[in-house]
Amino acid sequence: MNRLFAAATCLAALSVLPAVAADPDPKNWDAVIEAARGQTVYFNAWGGSPNINSYIEWTAGELEKRYSVELVHVKLDDTANAVATVVAEKAAGRDDDGTIDLIWINGENFASMKEQSLLFAPGWAEDLPNWRFVDFETQTTIRTDFTVPVEGLESPWGMTKLVFFHDEANTPTDTLPQSADELLQWARQHPGRFSYPQPPDFIGSSFVKQVLSEKVADRAVLLDPVDEASFDAVAAPVFEYLDELHPLMWRQGRAYPQNYPAMKQLLADNEVDIIFAFNPAEASSAIANGELPDTVRSFTFPGGTLANTHFVSIPYNSSAKEAALVTADFLISPEAQARKQDPTVWGDPTVLAMNKLDADDRARFDALDLGIATLAPDELGPALDEPHPSWMDRIEDEWRRRYGVAN
Amino acid sequence: MIQPRDGVARIARLGPPLTVAILAGPILAGLAGTILPAFGYLPALGGARLTTDAFATLFAMPGIARSATLSLTTGLVSSGISLLLVMLFVAGWAGTRSFSRVQSMISPLLSVPHAAAAFGFAFLIAPSGLLARLVSPGLTGWTRPPDLLVLNDPAGLALIAGLVVKEVPFLLLVTLAALPQIRLTETRALAAALGYGRIAGFLYLAWPAIYRQIRLAVFAVVAFAASVVDVAIILGPNIPATLAVRLVGWMNDQNLSMRFVAAAGALLQLVVVLTALGLWIVVERAFARLREALCARGTRLRRDAGLRHASLGLMTLSGGIVLAGLVALGLWSVAGLWPFPQPLPSTFMLQPWMETLPRVAGPLATTLAAATLSTLIAILLTLLCLLRERDTGRTGGRKALAFIYLPLIVPQVAFLFGLQFLFLSVGFVASFSGLVLAHLIFVLPYVFLSLSDPWRAFDRRYEAVAAGLGKRRWRTLLAIRLPMLARPILTAAAVGFAVSVGQYLPTLLIGAGRLPTITTEAVALASGGARRTIGIYAFLQMLLPAIGFAIAIALPALLFRHRRAMQS
Repeated sequence: MNRLFAAATCLAALSVLPAVAADPDPKNWDAVIEAARGQTVYFNAWGGSPNINSYIEWTAGELEKRYSVELVHVKLDDTANAVATVVAEKAAGRDDDGTIDLIWINGENFASMKEQSLLFAPGWAEDLPNWRFVDFETQTTIRTDFTVPVEGLESPWGMTKLVFFHDEANTPTDTLPQSADELLQWARQHPGRFSYPQPPDFIGSSFVKQVLSEKVADRAVLLDPVDEASFDAVAAPVFEYLDELHPLMWRQGRAYPQNYPAMKQLLADNEVDIIFAFNPAEASSAIANGELPDTVRSFTFPGGTLANTHFVSIPYNSSAKEAALVTADFLISPEAQARKQDPTVWGDPTVLAMNKLDADDRARFDALDLGIATLAPDELGPALDEPHPSWMDRIEDEWRRRYGVAN
Repeated sequence: MIQPRDGVARIARLGPPLTVAILAGPILAGLAGTILPAFGYLPALGGARLTTDAFATLFAMPGIARSATLSLTTGLVSSGISLLLVMLFVAGWAGTRSFSRVQSMISPLLSVPHAAAAFGFAFLIAPSGLLARLVSPGLTGWTRPPDLLVLNDPAGLALIAGLVVKEVPFLLLVTLAALPQIRLTETRALAAALGYGRIAGFLYLAWPAIYRQIRLAVFAVVAFAASVVDVAIILGPNIPATLAVRLVGWMNDQNLSMRFVAAAGALLQLVVVLTALGLWIVVERAFARLREALCARGTRLRRDAGLRHASLGLMTLSGGIVLAGLVALGLWSVAGLWPFPQPLPSTFMLQPWMETLPRVAGPLATTLAAATLSTLIAILLTLLCLLRERDTGRTGGRKALAFIYLPLIVPQVAFLFGLQFLFLSVGFVASFSGLVLAHLIFVLPYVFLSLSDPWRAFDRRYEAVAAGLGKRRWRTLLAIRLPMLARPILTAAAVGFAVSVGQYLPTLLIGAGRLPTITTEAVALASGGARRTIGIYAFLQMLLPAIGFAIAIALPALLFRHRRAMQS
């Protein structure tokens, strides 16, 4: 019992001291580079994709060569684990020698870390030397992450947009749905051939948010936090839609793929006809890897699909902030961004503005073959803004309540 | 009891206190880290007073009762079927050639990681799976997979089947370890002479003694099956999922306040596991009564050939399923495109292997080092505790050590937050010794479990003879007991080694991701769901435990090659 009590007191003694180590100032970039030399950056990033892992490995090689910075990829199965680690470290008073130096992050995880002040000083992202190339004027999601102001707390890494894929060999292009309503119509004609990952999977919840964005009477309400009083009325069309869709889905909605890769496997196994992803180049890279047949093509809704940005961020207690800054800066260098956009490498769209680059750097992007199944940037259709993170939470709860238990 | 004053006893005396000293802190911190947040206390997340709000939220979760019931039923039914199968098989076939054949087919399957076995099984039986492909479109006319709910069925049948095929090897192994303690040949001869069928004779005469020895291991299987996560994600129901799966979901929720609910859910999971064990004990009693009644009535079950062959067939099938699943995963690891309904991939590629292999040397070394060290420490502590137990009589040491079994029944995901907190406070995170200690917490109970009963069942008259011949305890221990128990000791070590290799969450949290092992790499990649990568890592993850078990089997055979009575 004594020990239990000791542990309790331990948990209780959680006064959080302010970080005392002198924080680096990205405005004085030479000093940052100097201090970064010899540091090791532990980059906590989802490790589920071999081609992304290879890209990070390449980054590590370049950082070592150029800045003598060692980059170690800590492969996560869920970014929330990294958030939890920082929470635990803060709880244990480990305020200046944390084990995480850089996190791949956006949306809810970012909102949650920002809210709890778990991130390194505001403003650093816009002080990075390569920020001058970033396309923050036209890509509004670079400064607003799921409606939450970024305030330079995270540095953009890539762009995402909801894109659908189908296999031309099975589903002729002229029969494809052009909106959520048409998708429902399509499902009536092709029962059992569509599904989406079970919320709260990120991709699955995003599909529900896409339906929400299309069906809501006034899209502006989604930019504000959920108003409980009006939630039922605002969200009603979504659940009417899903009520009708589910019996028409794969396994009549009694089972769901667990995540995007599982859904991709369903397309490969010819169990479903239409899937979707957040990376427009995903189909091309899956074809290149032999995961999908080369007859797979992309399409989007002319009325627009969800779009957002993914970022890297530095925890407040990182022990290698300088090297983390150098890494974040290198990740938005034209060279690193162009390589990332190559579908044979990863295919993740750039956050840079072509008109801000010099001719040589622009040529790197022009030289890219985006792949047979990738839509050109002007074919991707309009971008819909992500709703405020509270909508995701609320929709997921409601989804669980309505569909989480089969009768 | 009089304390023998010799070196063995003096050293053994250190066993229990040492074990307690090493493990008490982590285990209590782990428990506190579950219980306190469940009652709302976790200042780091702004919970500063004790409430029962988390339980209110938990019980208001849709389908929570169904999730808990699912965990209970799938855990109990799968364990029951597995044990019944192993029991009938051992009863009907132990000592025969078919037995050795099935044994050598099934034992290696113990080293197959659960997730890999489940993935393989899923790919076999899915409507687009290997079995459907073999008969399509020829027999079925399917050119596209039928929309059938085979996997993830609401009743959890696929989950139960998946658990059975993976629990059977473990139960068979612990039964085999207990088998030498009964006189099989004589028992068989006696039962046959009195006109009993093989199964009935074995069940009446030998099974009670065997079951007494494997009982704790069976409990561990029940507890594991009722709280398993990875297999349940792959094969189990979705709407709703089992309690353990939902628990992990809450633990990983971006909304950190869900951790309170997760902690409350962990306590509910604990109740589920305890209920499962309670029900299991009831079934045990009922079974014992039934056996006694049949025995008293003189039921001889002379014509048990059908039952015997059924048990042989089902054992072979269960092993065959895992093997076929592995073959399928192996094919996937080199497959290019493999569309339905082709029974074989249309293209092959070695590229994933070529890309993976250079990257696994580091993780492989960490895995090997952590597993070897934690297993060695666990074996040493277990031996000391068992020696001490013999000196003090059975009960004292046992009660004090009961708590080392806690990590087996408390859901790992909740247990670890408290553990991580403790390790962080003492600066132990991301150190190799911290990792070994964290693994030890989960390795020790399994080693203790596998070793203690064979140890206790050892016929002490051998030692009495040695003492009578004037041998000191050290010599008796080294020359008689340890060699005679070499097989169970090595088996326990192999089990412990496999447990260490399989640790995911402790490695990730305590290693802070800085000490990657083959399993953390495998799980991270498996979250990307590509069957190809899963195939490769399943192989690598299987490799180390397989070597461990191979040593456990081969070494005694080698050591005792000149001693016929020790070769069984």
